[in-house]
Amino acid sequence: MQPFEYLAPTTLAEARELLKTPASGETRILAGGTDLIVQMRGGARQPARVLDIKWLPESQRLQLDTDAIYIGAGVPAAVLCEHPELRTEYPGVVEAIELIGSMQVQGRATAVGNLCNASPAADSVPALFAAGAAARVVGAAGERWVPVEDIPTGPGKTSLAADEFVIELKLPRMPARAADAYQRFTPRAEMDIAVVGVGICLSLDDAGLVTAARAAICAVAPTVLLAPEVAEVLVGTRCDAAVLEEAGARASAMGNPLTDKRGTSTFRRHIAGVLTQRVAGVAYQRASQPGVAA
Amino acid sequence: MSKYHVTTTVNGQSVEFLCTPTQALSEVLREELDMIGTKEGCTTGDCGACSVLLDGRLVCACLVLGTEAEGRSIETIEGVAQPHQMHPLQTKFLEHAALQCGVCTPGYIVAAKALLEVNPDPSEEEVRYWLAGNLCRCTGYDKIVRAVLDAAAEMRGAAQ
Repeated sequence: MQPFEYLAPTTLAEARELLKTPASGETRILAGGTDLIVQMRGGARQPARVLDIKWLPESQRLQLDTDAIYIGAGVPAAVLCEHPELRTEYPGVVEAIELIGSMQVQGRATAVGNLCNASPAADSVPALFAAGAAARVVGAAGERWVPVEDIPTGPGKTSLAADEFVIELKLPRMPARAADAYQRFTPRAEMDIAVVGVGICLSLDDAGLVTAARAAICAVAPTVLLAPEVAEVLVGTRCDAAVLEEAGARASAMGNPLTDKRGTSTFRRHIAGVLTQRVAGVAYQRASQPGVAA
Repeated sequence: MSKYHVTTTVNGQSVEFLCTPTQALSEVLREELDMIGTKEGCTTGDCGACSVLLDGRLVCACLVLGTEAEGRSIETIEGVAQPHQMHPLQTKFLEHAALQCGVCTPGYIVAAKALLEVNPDPSEEEVRYWLAGNLCRCTGYDKIVRAVLDAAAEMRGAAQ
């Protein structure tokens, strides 16, 4: 591993000051480290400075407020998965996070890290897109809230400036009669990377009609894709078979999936359609039975 | 490269060490603290041989920087046995011949102990999923799973 300077600010103001200080090279942000440390050891990233954001109190926040749910950038996956209220309210986000890596990786990996690592196949990211999550971006100049779908711009690339980082995520409180779901396809049951993954979040009215929908797909394009063309098919329906088939067909047409060792482009398109139908069905069923997390 | 002074707790004892920023916790344990029970396998977080608990959370020590250990509490394989008395998991690993070359074993014991602390009565499937982040190239896993289930049963019996 290339030598670097380890920075451990304990306040946001201190972190901003450090990011303003000129460095001899890149500054990388350390959250759980399950991607960054591997990349640094392999030489793919050779930062001059590593800024560990876990000492910032804001990064440790996991809070269900009346208006929103806040998930700090240092909160490990295992903590999120053990949170019963979060699982009841966002079963899709939690089941997506639960799929990331081993128990050991779950002990360190974070949702913010999964977002900012910007893998096209990141499991939690379609679920976060579907949830309508926002990221609190802190930079040398100030801070702003950004929709999560505006963060990744390509494999390993984000829209964040060199002096910016994400300190926490904000998810809207799930309305009554609303729910989300996430599924992925992998050749093996555990310890694998998504061939395709689909996240969908649905809100229903009292008659059981979908009033709002958000969908997102991973591993069919250089970034996770928000899928408004899939979501709009579901709105105003009860997600019956014909509707799901059309939603699936639209998902299959999305992106520009690669052919690689995990699957061909044709297979990825097929699976995107199958998963979209299944995930919309699960989200619809969960939304019809509020308070029952599968 | 300048060294960082880190004060931490390892197996209940306060410990100080100097490390460079590039040294992972697994390297610090083995090279600075002479605690070689924790093994380094892949150094990419895939094999679980370096499993330790960090503030009670199961992690790969190869994916933790030594500097991150400041003020934290670490538990390693060296803290599992009591003086002159092995942990039931250790006894059952021997009884079931759940190890051959032994490189993966400390990681398995640490990971399985963490499982039994949150779930004293796991199903075989739960054991296999929990231990999916630990790789063994010798045993074929069955003997490891049987040893963990048997240790769990014995520990439940002893607790009654």
